[in-house]
Amino acid sequence: MTSGEEPPRTQERNTDGCSAIIRDGVAAAWPICLGYAPIGLAFGVLAQKAGLTPAEIGLMSLLVFAGSAQFIAVSMLSGGAAALPIILTTFTINLRHLLMSSSLAVHLKCLNAGWLTLYAYGVTDESFALNMTRFREKTWDWRRALALNHTANLAWIASTVLGGYGGLFIPAGAFGIDYALPAMFICLLVLQIRGGLYVAVALIAGLLAVAFSMLIPGNAYIVAATAAAATFGVFLKEWKGRASENGGVL
Amino acid sequence: MNVDYLLLVLGMGIVTYLPRWIPLILLSRRPMPEWLRQWLDFIPVAVLSALILPALVTTGEPRHLDVFQPALLISIPTFLFAWKTRSLAGTVTVGMALFWIAGKFPVP
Repeated sequence: MTSGEEPPRTQERNTDGCSAIIRDGVAAAWPICLGYAPIGLAFGVLAQKAGLTPAEIGLMSLLVFAGSAQFIAVSMLSGGAAALPIILTTFTINLRHLLMSSSLAVHLKCLNAGWLTLYAYGVTDESFALNMTRFREKTWDWRRALALNHTANLAWIASTVLGGYGGLFIPAGAFGIDYALPAMFICLLVLQIRGGLYVAVALIAGLLAVAFSMLIPGNAYIVAATAAAATFGVFLKEWKGRASENGGVL
Repeated sequence: MNVDYLLLVLGMGIVTYLPRWIPLILLSRRPMPEWLRQWLDFIPVAVLSALILPALVTTGEPRHLDVFQPALLISIPTFLFAWKTRSLAGTVTVGMALFWIAGKFPVP
């Protein structure tokens, strides 16, 4: 199960039973599921209108598991686009996961290739942000993270398939449910801020993303702004470190 | 379900999966240089901000600035609540409630 090169810290919690691990993962996943439900239902309805059967919808959610890319794929499908442009578009939209997986790798050092392969499947914006926050707590480990990922995955598949049956069980806009994911992202952003440097990086990333989103067509702005802001953060930290070494003002 | 559709979703699945998989396999195996570890440490805060802010202050296709959105207005008390409580469940509930209430009073 582990490479055995270094005793992984997460082994501490190995004594926990399987059911306790799954319970923790499922319990932590509920805000994600709440956010996925309306989006999944809406996607299912849209995909059904584009001519997809519930089985086809479920297969896409199972194989792709990426909300925004699936929405765009379906709108391209109903516009009569060929497979290759859809696949290329999917690639560019989901390229941001490259950065997220890189960041997650720091916390998954003890896993073998098989578990990593399974873990990679569940990397989404939501599960990434939630797990990164949780990994800083001693009570969280990769097993709970996997349980969280797959709970979110099940919620996504189920809600898209339900939507595909034409059932809008939740009327549009009810209880402000459209704001579930934005609210969750805002809280996850707050939880990631651990000092002035992080505030600076967040501000730079947000402002660059706004500017890039208006200048660059498509979704490349997310990756571009994120990478630029993180680079800025590294230089800022370096500069700050030097300034304090030299008895600087910062 | 026809073969064309199967190939399409398989292709979409592969191009989505590879960027999720390659860094996990490559980076979890070897020691990272300090600057890379530091760079990756900034990724969560940067990517969340890059996802949120454009959604709150721009609309349309092509995107243009539009700061008069209920989502932006609601994000301020939501942010403050998150900052004070650091509770994910609470923030989601409060954010939804505020957004729901705001929907009852359409901006003229």
